[in-house]
Amino acid sequence: MVAINTELIEDIHRISVVGEIDASSSIELDNAIKEAAKNHKKILMDLQQLDYISSAGLGVFISYLEDLKNQQIRLVVFGLQETVSEVFSILGLQHLMNIKTSEKEAIEFLNEG
Amino acid sequence: MLSNKLKIRLSLLAGILSWLLFTFFDLYLLFVERYQLNIELSRMLPQIFLSTLVLSTIAFYRFSITKADSINFLDLLWRVFITGLITTIGSLLIRVFFYVFGSSNISANPLTINFLYNILIALIIVYLVSTFVVWKRLILYQKSKNLIQLWGFFEYALYGSLVFDLFGNKFLSVNFNTALIFLGGLALILSFNLKWIAYLNFKQKWKSILFILLSGIYLYHFLLNLMSFADTKALSIDLLDRVYFVSLFVFIILYAGIAILVTLFNLPTSSVFERKLQEAIDFQKLSQSIPAGQSEEQTYDILLESSMSAVFADAAWLEIKSGSANHVISRGIAKETIGDIKTTVKQEFIRKILSYQVTYEFSSAKVIGSLNHPDFKSIIAIPILVQSQQIGSLALLQEVSDAFNREMVDIITTFVNQASISIENFQLIQEALENERYKEQLKIAKSVQKSLLPSVLEHNDKFDIVAFSMAADEVGGDYYDIIEPLPGLFNLVIADVSGKGTSAAFNMAQMRGIFHSIAQSKVSPKEFTTRANLALGKCLEKSSFITAMFFVLNTIEQKICFTRAGHCPGLFYSASSKKITNLTTEGVGLGIIRNSGFDSYVEEGTISYSPGDLLLLYTDGIAEAKNHEKQQFGSEGLINSLLNHIDEPLDQMKESIIGDLVTFLDNNKLDDDYTLTLVRFK
Repeated sequence: MVAINTELIEDIHRISVVGEIDASSSIELDNAIKEAAKNHKKILMDLQQLDYISSAGLGVFISYLEDLKNQQIRLVVFGLQETVSEVFSILGLQHLMNIKTSEKEAIEFLNEG
Repeated sequence: MLSNKLKIRLSLLAGILSWLLFTFFDLYLLFVERYQLNIELSRMLPQIFLSTLVLSTIAFYRFSITKADSINFLDLLWRVFITGLITTIGSLLIRVFFYVFGSSNISANPLTINFLYNILIALIIVYLVSTFVVWKRLILYQKSKNLIQLWGFFEYALYGSLVFDLFGNKFLSVNFNTALIFLGGLALILSFNLKWIAYLNFKQKWKSILFILLSGIYLYHFLLNLMSFADTKALSIDLLDRVYFVSLFVFIILYAGIAILVTLFNLPTSSVFERKLQEAIDFQKLSQSIPAGQSEEQTYDILLESSMSAVFADAAWLEIKSGSANHVISRGIAKETIGDIKTTVKQEFIRKILSYQVTYEFSSAKVIGSLNHPDFKSIIAIPILVQSQQIGSLALLQEVSDAFNREMVDIITTFVNQASISIENFQLIQEALENERYKEQLKIAKSVQKSLLPSVLEHNDKFDIVAFSMAADEVGGDYYDIIEPLPGLFNLVIADVSGKGTSAAFNMAQMRGIFHSIAQSKVSPKEFTTRANLALGKCLEKSSFITAMFFVLNTIEQKICFTRAGHCPGLFYSASSKKITNLTTEGVGLGIIRNSGFDSYVEEGTISYSPGDLLLLYTDGIAEAKNHEKQQFGSEGLINSLLNHIDEPLDQMKESIIGDLVTFLDNNKLDDDYTLTLVRFK
């Protein structure tokens, strides 16, 4: 089960994910990112309360890598828990995604470019 | 206990014996009297045998006439009619005898008269008792406790009268009259139990009137015959002096008379009763069509026909939408004119019903409508709902206007509801069959996939290898394989497709194809990974990826070379240091990076091994396996398990590690595929 909340802070589309993302709830994550990418160039994802992510959930992030890059949309995630962070790094996503430890860092990154 | 057949035979035997003895003693006494012989013989003897004759006849008919149920009323009356016919023919023969020998001595001889009279007695007893038993069955149809008590009293009183008759009362004496009035009163009260008549249809009622009337005529004829015998004054025993027989006569005539009257008065209403009965039967048919395995078409036919007969409709049609097909059955109306009629409906709600727009409860008044059509003036339209979805409609038509009422709608609604349940059941059965087919397909997929994993793992005498793989669903996305392209050189892979189930299984098959095409020749791990990524990038969905570890085992140089493409790191155990190393080189999952640049993230690792060293490869299904407390088995759990069993033979070690995992899970179901591969060098 997952709860996804979105809010707009100035020009940043902020998505916070609470709970677990498995094959069924990954659809909600997909919808949230799709919606955000429609109108905004800066997407901030708060994963501090994401307890678990399955390979299908990771697949959602992966499916957007290329599209976001082509549309020059910046997506940054922050606050990964240890287990989640491990999953991201085992897969090698730290090379491909913008992963920050704190929200401050993440916002700074978004505002840089 | 005696069987019923034996009882019937015994009572028949007793009856014949009783009659022979009765006649013998009766005539013997007459003979003694006539010739003034000095022989002491009780005058009671013939009387007693007459009574036993009656009792055994009663017994005979009680055992041979079965209980009345709604089917055999007419059979029972028919029986009375036939018995009456035979006995009457017998008594007519006696009359013929007197007619023929009317003037001769034989017919004036008291012995002859009494002998013939005794035959008549036997015939009358047979007829009276059989009719009595039939009347009893009819009266006690749908009995109540009070009725049974009253009947029991009447029957015992009749038995009592048999004893009473032994005292030789004369016809119309005071005692005789008292007993007769008492029994006659009881008979009158009992004669008003005529529930069985309600269950006859029109035709059966006419038949039963006829049969009862004829049985009355027989009775009248017997009575005349008895009286003419009584006139000869030569009788030693006169049946008319006996309360028992006179009461039976009275009872049978009373019941016959009342039954005829009641049946006559019931004739006009029988059609209504028949219709109600038909409704009940139709309803039963509809509800039985659920388990009876009848086809949908049969259910539609039953629904249409029973609805039509329930409301006297002139025409009707039934429309059912199943899938894209529109199924129409009609009676008394051509399918082509249905469209015309739909346009002539005056009521908005009925138009809605006929165009599949009703999904909610409705009041019965709203479904009765009128038509602006030359042939039909009235309509009832009922929606057929299955799981709150209108799947069809039933329309009933009448040629005259205002032909339908709410009561009719209620009946039809009940029919339709029952049919809806049947239809829903058909659909459920259909779905179940489809599911069964899917399951069968999955079974095939499972066996196909099993054949995609190696049944024999290639190896040489420098190492042993074992593997275990289990899918969470029927099919899974884990893969492992080993190929020896050159002597002493082995390409080993372990891979895990993202997601699980069918789509993962297809991608796993792709992975196998890629491995088998690239790894058949000598290839470096980095080259393999890069080429596999390129191939998979073209065929995987955007959100799918495959993690893998690829190894080249060189048993000549005792060297392992490997890459890790996003896969959970394999474990290397060194026998000399007894330490475990995580094989964590940099790398990204296959199919994620689709343009160039993948190889820049992939790092190749190399280890030299010594005999006794061990390589453990697994998929994240094992590390992420959770118990009831949501704790993960983790790579730590795996490492601990490995160290605990490190000295065991390879096969047993595999079993032990899986055993540890199962113990940790504690019956919790695994929700991911998991695979374990162990290599021990020699």
